Amino acid sequence: MQLVKSGRIVEDRYVRIADDAPIPDGVAVIVSDARFLANAGALLQRVEPVGVLWPNNRPIEALAPYLGRLALVALAFPGFRDGRAYSQARILRERYGFGGELRATGQVLRDQFLFLLRAGFDSFEVSKEGDAAAFVGSTRRFDVFYQPTGDGRATAFRRRLGRPPQAVPAGTRAHAL
Amino acid sequence: MYRYDDFDQTLVHQRVAEFRDQVGRRLSGALTEDEFKILRLMNGVYLQLHAYMLRIAIPYGTLSSEQMRMLAHVARRYDRGYGHFTTRQNIQFNWIKLEEMPDTLADLAGVKMHAMQTSGNCVRNITTDQWAGVAADEIEDPRIWAEVLRQYSTLHPEFSFLPRKFKIAISAAAHDRAAVAVHDIGLRMVRNSAGEVGFEVQVGGGLGRTPFIGKVIKPFLPKRDLLSYVEAVLRVYNQYGRRDNIYKARIKILVHELGAEKFGAEVEKEWATIKDSALALDPAVIADVAERFTYPDYERLEDNPPALARARQEDRAFAAWLDNSVSNHKQPGYAIVTLSLKPVGAPPGDATAEQMDAIADLADRYSFGEIRVGHEQNLVLPHVAQKELPELWQKLEAHGLATPNVGLVSDIIACPGLDYCSLANARSIPVAQELTQRFRDHKLASTIGRLHINISGCINACGHHHVGHIGILGVEKNGEEFYQITLGGRADEDARLGTLLGPAVRYGEVADVVEDVVAAYVELRKTPQELFIDTVKRIGIEPFKERVYAAR
Repeated sequence: MQLVKSGRIVEDRYVRIADDAPIPDGVAVIVSDARFLANAGALLQRVEPVGVLWPNNRPIEALAPYLGRLALVALAFPGFRDGRAYSQARILRERYGFGGELRATGQVLRDQFLFLLRAGFDSFEVSKEGDAAAFVGSTRRFDVFYQPTGDGRATAFRRRLGRPPQAVPAGTRAHAL
Repeated sequence: MYRYDDFDQTLVHQRVAEFRDQVGRRLSGALTEDEFKILRLMNGVYLQLHAYMLRIAIPYGTLSSEQMRMLAHVARRYDRGYGHFTTRQNIQFNWIKLEEMPDTLADLAGVKMHAMQTSGNCVRNITTDQWAGVAADEIEDPRIWAEVLRQYSTLHPEFSFLPRKFKIAISAAAHDRAAVAVHDIGLRMVRNSAGEVGFEVQVGGGLGRTPFIGKVIKPFLPKRDLLSYVEAVLRVYNQYGRRDNIYKARIKILVHELGAEKFGAEVEKEWATIKDSALALDPAVIADVAERFTYPDYERLEDNPPALARARQEDRAFAAWLDNSVSNHKQPGYAIVTLSLKPVGAPPGDATAEQMDAIADLADRYSFGEIRVGHEQNLVLPHVAQKELPELWQKLEAHGLATPNVGLVSDIIACPGLDYCSLANARSIPVAQELTQRFRDHKLASTIGRLHINISGCINACGHHHVGHIGILGVEKNGEEFYQITLGGRADEDARLGTLLGPAVRYGEVADVVEDVVAAYVELRKTPQELFIDTVKRIGIEPFKERVYAAR
């Protein structure tokens, strides 16, 4: 597995902690949804960053109270044809203005990168040989976009009228490369 | 016609380049067949019984003569000289080699055509009335909205991996020619009490193994809210639609399980959060799309010119065609001409490269270079001057395109069936061919009147058998083809599903059973004007059942 962030292959500073393992001090951790919700208060007191791995069949709205203090949310693609996490990602970014790292995990393949980026993901756990290196190329294949999303790219509808991109919702930042 | 601008054209070219790269990775082994399958499906490439099939979109059923000539070129250069028009305003080519797909798509991109999202679990080609923009009974041209939705749904970053495919249709006329009630979202353009035009939104219609008629969840949606509301529907579906069972994954099952009211409430909740987002449609944006639709520079002509009346009197064959295949146009002195792709004994919806070229020429000569494709698998020349109808008819006759059976018993909708399709349980095309033989006599067919027969070769219902006035469904029993017959289905503004007539019958008996049903109808109808569908509605299926099964 390789981690791609801001278009580059980077070292993953987060350690994924199993539900029955102790949480080590001094490192950034990712815990499960169940463990996070059971200990949210204590976990968010930590000095080091805390992230949560959220399943794609649990309503993402339950994370809303914690988003201001969560450093990372990892969303799951159990198979690449299961697209529920795209909606979760847009809700996090565009409705709740989540500004932390939004990571795509599971079966994350080259041909999804641009969709993921446009939905608000900014880090990608890439499993397939060669895909991480192809990241930049595959996300620059298109320069016409028809849908307004939180990534701030101007839609063709607006560009035709010579207008700048639509305003990005408050609290959201643009995630384009 | 909608004129693409640089944005639309650039995107199509970039999509071809991406697909070329994907095919290259498949051929080199970098992509597994499982990975590639989803990618090729999102670009209209299926693996069929014998070869790959390419399904090309004909957005809202509008084709230019130049595009039609390109389809003829594709048929000749990459396929076996013919193509098959489908029930969803697409054309399919059944024999294209995977290695040649990227070049085929590049050729098509040259005339602004593509295969994006003609399959896969995404929003499919947006369909509408094949008479859009020319029908006398429409509120406004629904293609503008189909185009807005086409752009919105193309390569959508959130909705390209839905639980299942997603079909949207729009109708703006009093008579629904787009079968909106059997779509995942069906939009009917309506006027509210204040006189404003908007959309009635139906969801959860669909055929397949669990057919449903769509349910209205929004009686009136303002135009500005079309995209935000569709996005809310898709978002609820993307998150909560079932993914555990492919046969329960369509939105109709979610709507059925939650109930239309609860589903509608979920959509409202979601919609409230995005209604006033960048999805709200600015009138300037809509005006910009609308301006890209060009309309012919019609001549000022009178209805019913003398030349037409004369030809009608002189030639009975012409008169029969005129009564059958020619419809009223918005513009005085013009007519809408339907070209039957259902000649006796041929597969429904097929056209040869020669026919495509001929149709393109005729469109240039008689219809301002424009052609339409409808869900009944026929073609349309939408703007023909009435005075030129006799001349056009002769030329259509010469190319086998003037069979006067539009809307009649031999105007059959059929899927490709077991002859091509890997999903099918039974043949469809030969059943259709046999039926067109039985009802080949035009006088007989005219006596019977409007009667739609729809045939599907399996429960997936691509031939829309549930909404055929007579529906025929192929099933397999112990290795043998059997056919279930339903009566009374319809896909128009009074959409309903057909009722099963009785036990399935063997392949060899289907045409006999249909003949019996039709004979019973002719005897039982109140007047010669009472349509088959109305007789079935009035007396139910029992009298037909007795007639068919008493003798068997």
